[in-house]
Amino acid sequence: MSIAIKLPRLRLKGGMSLWVGGSLVGIAISAAILAPWIALTDPVMDANLMNAEIPPGWEYPFGTDAQGRDIYSRIVYGARISLSVGIISQICNSLIGVTLGLTAGYWGGWWDDLVSGLTNLMLAIPSLVFALAIMAILGPGLVSLVIALGLTSWSYSCRIARAQVLSLKSQGYIQAARILGYGDLRIMFTQVLPNILGPLIVIATLGMGGAILAEAALSFLGLGIRPPFPSWGSMLSEARDQITTAPWLSVFPGLAIFFTVLGLNLLGDGLRDILDPQSTTRRT
Amino acid sequence: MNTPLLKVDNLRIALAGDGVTYNAVENVSFEIGRGEAFGLVGESGCGKSITALAVMGLLRRPLSLGGGRIVLDGQEIQDAPAAEMRRLRGKRIAMIFQEPMTALNPLSPVGKQIAEMFVLHEGANWRDAMDRAEEALRQVRVPSPERRIRDYPHQLSGGMRQRVMIAIALACGPDLLVADEPTTALDVTVQAEIIDLMAELCAAKGTAVLMISHDLGLVANMCKRVAVMYAGRIVESQVADAIFATPSHPYTQGLIDSLPRLGERARRGRQRLTEISGVVPSIQAYPSGCRFNPRCPAVTDVCRSSAPDITALPADGLVRCHHHG
Amino acid sequence: MAESLLTLDDLAVHFMVGSAFAGGVKTLKAVDGVTLEVKAGECLGLVGESGCGKSTLALAIMGLLLPTRGLIHVDSQQISGSTPPDRMAMARTVQMVFQDPYASLNPRQTVRRTLADPLRLHGVNDKAEVEARVMDMMAKVGLRPEHADRYPHEFSGGQRQRIGIARALILKPKLVICDEPVSALDVSIRAQIINLLLELKDEMGLAYIMISHDLGVVEHVSDRVAVMYLGRIVEQGGWQEIFEDPRHPYTRALIAAIPDPFHRAAATIAKTKAKGEIASALNPPPGCHFNPRCPMKADVCVADAPFLGTVGPGHLAACHFRDRVS
Repeated sequence: MSIAIKLPRLRLKGGMSLWVGGSLVGIAISAAILAPWIALTDPVMDANLMNAEIPPGWEYPFGTDAQGRDIYSRIVYGARISLSVGIISQICNSLIGVTLGLTAGYWGGWWDDLVSGLTNLMLAIPSLVFALAIMAILGPGLVSLVIALGLTSWSYSCRIARAQVLSLKSQGYIQAARILGYGDLRIMFTQVLPNILGPLIVIATLGMGGAILAEAALSFLGLGIRPPFPSWGSMLSEARDQITTAPWLSVFPGLAIFFTVLGLNLLGDGLRDILDPQSTTRRT
Repeated sequence: MNTPLLKVDNLRIALAGDGVTYNAVENVSFEIGRGEAFGLVGESGCGKSITALAVMGLLRRPLSLGGGRIVLDGQEIQDAPAAEMRRLRGKRIAMIFQEPMTALNPLSPVGKQIAEMFVLHEGANWRDAMDRAEEALRQVRVPSPERRIRDYPHQLSGGMRQRVMIAIALACGPDLLVADEPTTALDVTVQAEIIDLMAELCAAKGTAVLMISHDLGLVANMCKRVAVMYAGRIVESQVADAIFATPSHPYTQGLIDSLPRLGERARRGRQRLTEISGVVPSIQAYPSGCRFNPRCPAVTDVCRSSAPDITALPADGLVRCHHHG
Repeated sequence: MAESLLTLDDLAVHFMVGSAFAGGVKTLKAVDGVTLEVKAGECLGLVGESGCGKSTLALAIMGLLLPTRGLIHVDSQQISGSTPPDRMAMARTVQMVFQDPYASLNPRQTVRRTLADPLRLHGVNDKAEVEARVMDMMAKVGLRPEHADRYPHEFSGGQRQRIGIARALILKPKLVICDEPVSALDVSIRAQIINLLLELKDEMGLAYIMISHDLGVVEHVSDRVAVMYLGRIVEQGGWQEIFEDPRHPYTRALIAAIPDPFHRAAATIAKTKAKGEIASALNPPPGCHFNPRCPMKADVCVADAPFLGTVGPGHLAACHFRDRVS
């Protein structure tokens, strides 16, 4: 009886930000998947100095770069790298953060003190600086980029997970599970985790935007993706010198980053409204 | 008693849903005489608490006053402007809540919170107000009030906090005290003390009480008259003794029968408790006709099709049932 | 029937609270020297107000808190401060019904999963058997088969409490601790749940520990009653002795505090009522813990703690004046 009233409100609440964010992210993901079919030229091999720095037009919708490569095709292929860096590094961060937060919150004691201390330490160091240090050790490249970003921003999901566990721990159904003989790990993964997933998904989505920006920043500094392979950040980096003479070189990758990160943030906001535990578990 | 202190007439409270407006409370009418204690009893969601909020002028969205009149001492207050209601609250009508911790300011000593009432409503200066606050604490039998006056709410026990709430509520000698489940959060022995204290102080000061509770026994002990609410309507109203002796609505009857009563087992042996079948309906799904009909043991066709009118009972009582009289 | 299912022998559970820096460490004696017995198939009513230690006692009996002192025998298991129980075996012996039917069910689990998971955990692997036992238990607590795939938020408070009871009984325990099982429910629903609990007790031969502050409920369901105050049992005996002939002033105060609309005059005898408030268990009064509130207080009550002495067959009271209280 209460469901009939809840559903329309959900749709309104998630609303615009969910749809707009979802569409923007959807476009970026489809571009990445469909790259071989929707790209006009090969993003790396089709260099032709005769076509260098042609402004946007009918033949090259986003123009060409100094080596005469089609910017549009490079952005479409670049989505593959930027998005996979964002997604893979966020999965790493979530796995680390949730595992640490869940166990710290549930067990408490010295383990909790240790994890909390580590989290505070991570929060005190800007994650980009930390990632820079890791990159400096591992050297540039896609793999080290993913490792650097995947190890440096788990503190947010860890904090959220820990706080949620602390508030859930005293709930009757957690107690009931202990009385029924469930082991600690079983309780954490079957009783606690499903009930705190909402905020964690939101944090992961927002973090993905952050990771894409960080990839852009590191690539811009020359530490990320090595040329000639395209990522949105490395394209910006290469376009640095021609920003006044050929602005389209930096505008289009910039817009790609802008809209994807905007989309992820809107999506995160929209998800937060839907997954808000109050809207699904509250009594009415 | 010819002009009642509070007269609630045909009160309707609207609950705004998604494009639909529900009547959370309707056709609620009652009168409270000067110095009289009146009880409003019902289960969660029956509309008793929002009726109290309506009297206080504290309805907030999605709730709003849908119709009817609230008359305090001959003056209609249902449409009074916010500033006017603020002046009335505290001075003429006061309220105490179920959980005193949430109603007290955690950052302010309790003495100051009582004194504030004198400063705000009577223009007293702080020094006098603090002296009177100490006296007020003594009246609600807080031990060593000269020390307690400087305590913060978290330093007091639940019972002590509720005493402070009563002191604040009665500070300016209001005509009406609205008490919404004032002892539900307290232990039984403390509850008994708080009820005695309220009854005694209100009798001494001539303050009328509108007592809201789910506990029929508790209300009947303190109040002269009792109204029973079910699903947004008053189904029965009688003098407290009469409601136990001759309950006239099947719901009231069911409530009285369904609770194990102390001493009953010794007198009659363990009997199976009489159940009221079914569940309390939600506001969005009130049944048509008499709202108790799906759960009523005496239901007939007329109960499903039309809402019963009021039938008068002796001594100003009333019942809303097709099968009475 | 006379076999003992649970015995507590001088059970104490103490906590250290506070820190060494701010104000020093204090000992909170939540449960302090409780000796009790519950026989198979018997219902023990446990009465007391907030802070009396009844929740701590319940956790200790289920093996979730280890005793500081004393012994717990449950069925064939023995728990002491140094021997924690086998949690799986405990789960099949002692279960619990919770007060709040909203917080005590996992919002993301269907009724079927809530009932089937514990069975599988305890080695019932045959699908048909799991399904049969789930359906059987649902029928026992008055839920319909089509309820199996619904989530908790689709149920009313009373139905949720039925699910909670089904979960407590699915492993066929011998002892069920009911922690205020009806006080969070609507008044008109309570009778349904009390009747159900009594029916299940007879049907499945269960023993109950019924924790409640509602003396009407306790009198209705209990065979024997124990009254707790600040970590100690102050009186215990058969239900009839406790309610008809209470020998501890605190028990009398509890009974006097219940508004009895049928006998209004009798309820207001001031001298049986307790004064003031429950002291903190961190800093209990010396001697008899109840002495500051007691209408019969004398010097001896401050000097010495009374022991639980016999006042009748199976009826014990911890009061210096146990023979004069009446």
